Amino acid sequence: MKVLVPVKRVLDYNVKARVKPDQSGVDLSNVKMSMNPFDEIAVEEAVRMQEAGTATETIAVSVGPAKAQETIRTALAMGMDRGVHVTTDEDLEPLAVAKILKAVAEAEGAELILMGKQAIDNDYGATGGMLAAILDWPIGQYANTLAAGDGTIEVKREIDGGLQTVNLKLPAVVTTDLRLNEPRYASLPNIMKAKRKPIDAKTPEDFSVDTTPRLTVVKVTEPKAREAGIKVEDVATLVDKLKNEAGVI
Amino acid sequence: MATLVVAEHNNASLNDATSKTVSAAKALGGDIDILVAGQGASAAAEAAAKIDGVRAVINVEHDLLARQMPEAMEATIVALMDGYDTVMAADTTTHKAYMPRVAAKLDTQQISSVTGIEGDTFERPIYAGNALAYVKSTDAKKVVTVRTTAFPLAGEGGSASSESKSAEIGDTGSTFVSEELTKSDRPELTGAKIVISGGRGMGSGENFALIETIADQLGAAVGASRAAVDAGYVPNDYQVGQTGKAVAPELYIAVGISGAIQHLAGMKDSKVIAAINKDEEAPIFQVADYGLVADLFKALPELEAELKKVGY
Repeated sequence: MKVLVPVKRVLDYNVKARVKPDQSGVDLSNVKMSMNPFDEIAVEEAVRMQEAGTATETIAVSVGPAKAQETIRTALAMGMDRGVHVTTDEDLEPLAVAKILKAVAEAEGAELILMGKQAIDNDYGATGGMLAAILDWPIGQYANTLAAGDGTIEVKREIDGGLQTVNLKLPAVVTTDLRLNEPRYASLPNIMKAKRKPIDAKTPEDFSVDTTPRLTVVKVTEPKAREAGIKVEDVATLVDKLKNEAGVI
Repeated sequence: MATLVVAEHNNASLNDATSKTVSAAKALGGDIDILVAGQGASAAAEAAAKIDGVRAVINVEHDLLARQMPEAMEATIVALMDGYDTVMAADTTTHKAYMPRVAAKLDTQQISSVTGIEGDTFERPIYAGNALAYVKSTDAKKVVTVRTTAFPLAGEGGSASSESKSAEIGDTGSTFVSEELTKSDRPELTGAKIVISGGRGMGSGENFALIETIADQLGAAVGASRAAVDAGYVPNDYQVGQTGKAVAPELYIAVGISGAIQHLAGMKDSKVIAAINKDEEAPIFQVADYGLVADLFKALPELEAELKKVGY
């Protein structure tokens, strides 16, 4: 099956987000950016499916600025076949991204879309579900384990109470959770090889998608800091404070 | 103006998240109806009708709603939305799985994990809680998920009207196979009065027994940091943090947790935070009301003994 993996370039996992002084958003100038960690898990899973012979072709797609090409190259260095880069300098909302991804999925004839359950910048957790709905495909959210069958895929899902297994008819969308796999590091030869893999250049206009934002950002602020309390000497003091001062035990 | 709140339930009983979501809906103003979509969910529907401030409870029954499968939930809710301006649900895995589907079908940008509502402005954490975004929607219909720890229970004493509706759900392409629910006599993580969580410092899954002993003494729920889940010590449903569950208990005890921002995002609204960590520079101490710099393998057995002394 043909597998499409949307990847997003986001502020690196280890970098603390800083709010701009004018409260217009988070400062992304001169900070390390990388692939959304949940998308990395999706890339890894696609490559494993290819290695196992269940995926015939793997395509990474990113909707983002010129530099999102680096993110696609990372996916290609991890082992994916080729890329599609839909270039835009706007910070698109999930609904617009889902509409673009739908067009890409249809153009590519994708049978499975593997993607992160949420992007760690805007934390909407919405693109996968939206994409599945506008394609009218079933979805397996928060995948812990995947097993490809004949025209189907079985998804073991992480849910609040434990694990749930569903069987989806292909084509389908699957979103990844933490324990699905541990993404590999790209080797130097593979990074070199990835530079020669093709990336198709597109724009939102190519797909006639209206990307006008639906939400107006009034402001972005730092969260109120919680004040540090006291250090206690020993366990007995801790229990005493919890019982007699805070009254919570 | 009317809001449809989607109930969190397991057919047999209603989860408190429903009542908290009603509180969030009250902040928007207007009439509030509750949708109980399930199979054999009349008990949950009856409980929903008692929540204060609710106009009507709509009970929709279908095989595919027994576990609230996303495709079936989408069809059920979209069919009801003519009568509502807003649909609102808790940001638990059940609702997070289908709400984006509803939003896309209504051609609306979802407003996710809302922690505050003032007028028509929604507050929501972004960047793992490192920033708060205040947004307004220009969409005709709004699809909102709420972080229930940020809203109080709505109270009881209501007497909403009840109606049953049928759902027309075609072939969804998705079939339920099985479920392995974590069996535990302990309280549920998001509703517990006390939560004790372990981090990477626990060293192994076996060592979580030290935490479980204390959880059982206190009647507490057991949680974990993402690092502990990543390391395979405990299942993912233990995870507290931006990519896991948000909790706000009376007492949160963090053991061997450094306090990465992504973890803090899920627990910093706790009333009292106690932290045990051997690294006195650990960021968890910056948010803890009571910090103990100690080796957890020594401190936890001591804690067990001290709690016994005071009657636990």
